[in-house]
Amino acid sequence: MTSFGKPKPSEERLDQIRRAATDAVPPPAPARQPAPQGQISGRQSYYGLPVLKAPVWTWEIPLYFFLGGIAGVSACLAFVAHLFGSDPALTRAALWIALIGAATCPILLIADLGRPARFLAMLRVAKIQSPMSVGVWTLLIFSGCTFFALLGNELSRRGLVSPFVIGISWAGEFTGALTGLILAAYTGVLMGATANPVWSHNRRALPPHFLAAALGGAPAVLELIGFLIPPTQILGLTASTVETLLGVHFELSRVPVNAPLHRGKSAWAFRMAGVLAGPGALFLRLVENSASARRAAAICFLAGSLLSRYAWIWAGVASARDPEALFQMQRKA
Amino acid sequence: MSVTAFLTDATLCIGCKACEVACKEWNEIPADGLVWSGLSYDNTQSLGASTWRHVLFLEQPLAAGPQRTDTKDPLRWVFLSDVCKHCANAGCLEACPTGSIVRTEVGSVFVQKDVCNGCGYCVVTCPFGVIDRRPEDGRAFKCTFCYDRQKAGLIPACAKACPTQSIQFGNLEELEERGKNRVRELHERGYQDANLYDPQDTTVGGLHAFFVILGAPENYNLPPAPEAPAAYLKSAWTSALLSAAVVFGIACLAFAF
Repeated sequence: MTSFGKPKPSEERLDQIRRAATDAVPPPAPARQPAPQGQISGRQSYYGLPVLKAPVWTWEIPLYFFLGGIAGVSACLAFVAHLFGSDPALTRAALWIALIGAATCPILLIADLGRPARFLAMLRVAKIQSPMSVGVWTLLIFSGCTFFALLGNELSRRGLVSPFVIGISWAGEFTGALTGLILAAYTGVLMGATANPVWSHNRRALPPHFLAAALGGAPAVLELIGFLIPPTQILGLTASTVETLLGVHFELSRVPVNAPLHRGKSAWAFRMAGVLAGPGALFLRLVENSASARRAAAICFLAGSLLSRYAWIWAGVASARDPEALFQMQRKA
Repeated sequence: MSVTAFLTDATLCIGCKACEVACKEWNEIPADGLVWSGLSYDNTQSLGASTWRHVLFLEQPLAAGPQRTDTKDPLRWVFLSDVCKHCANAGCLEACPTGSIVRTEVGSVFVQKDVCNGCGYCVVTCPFGVIDRRPEDGRAFKCTFCYDRQKAGLIPACAKACPTQSIQFGNLEELEERGKNRVRELHERGYQDANLYDPQDTTVGGLHAFFVILGAPENYNLPPAPEAPAAYLKSAWTSALLSAAVVFGIACLAFAF
């Protein structure tokens, strides 16, 4: 047997490794007859080990999905409220929510990076085919838009009304609404356009699911800070109805790839989240139209949609660990 | 420089793990744990951030075959050295938001470690579960196809260290031809279940590291029909934009009311 000295990357060293291997193992016997298929482990997969890698994202990312969605739709509501001549205080409050959200999101995103000091590497390129790149740029533009929209609104409030101030208010609100909607929706694409079985299988349902959470989340925050007006109630009812329908859809899609939504820890979190944001919040809103009931509904919805973001990540982890479901999905297609 | 490839042949592999050792040493990859898995002689278990070659040990039932045995439950032992596939349409490369992952002049998929910021998106977009984030480092790592060696005119360390030519390195077209011929030869020799694993009819569009295997790809934890996640972009974005338009409409209705 060749003796191994101090390992040193060199051509001689590679030759040495080959010689050691050759010395140690006899060559295989020649083939004679056809061999049957299958594994003695009784599984199709390689000892049931995962084929795919589980997502490495930690707690920051689901929280970012949640806050980014609320901030995005909040900016959209600010613009729409302004457009239909609602209370200017509502537009201002919604823009503050949007801006605070937009300022918090990068902190969460950077904290999740393996190398936070290198977060600027994200801005080296803009790649339309990478949902993460699209998301980073959307968040950046969104922050700028809401900043100028809020600046315009705050200046107007203090009596500094000029065509320029009105201009940046409207321009900021409009672009903030557009980029805000993309910010709230792209996270569904981010998860859907991956190799993860349960995420990619649900790629068409994820964006509306994430948008529904944002559509209910933004008015819920507005309600909690005192805007108990009919539009927030209507939006809350709509979002909870959509959440209920999506919950039923996910519960009834009984394909093997959706197992993480039906079995195990991720499934129970997913179901509880669905009940809180869907029928739970809906019940609270329908049973009584009082301030306290609406606040309770808002809290119920926010808790549900936050838990739902985590449940999707846990489902992705469980899905990556199930090689048989992956094979079944691919063999079917 | 021409487009290069790996042809890894399970029927020639003797499970010596010289490729694993050579890869670790040449690329100076840190140790990632010493575990007795109990899964045949495979204590590596899978490719990862610090494992760029991984030798699989398959134990399959065998009535009568090349390894003749008199025991009651004879088994066929198959080995395969798994590696990054360097997909023609690479999910990791498309998804990388920093442009750290690039296509080199030899056709391989290469992670520039001075650019990677460890966002982790490549980890979930690799349809083969190859690339991963190294926890103690924070960045994503995978097989470099020995880009440094190739640039210096040398063959990758694993191919160099392989004692049985189970790992062959060379021109892509040449090796594809060699792989097909090898499968034909194995069929003639009685290995009816020999096949070339190189999914060219899916959105992955073929591999730059393909395999001659015995039996179903699933047995090697190779996905039977891998898809490049970019294929899902259109349906996901369509759904996202339509939903966003609906949300805008609902917001308008709520405030117009």
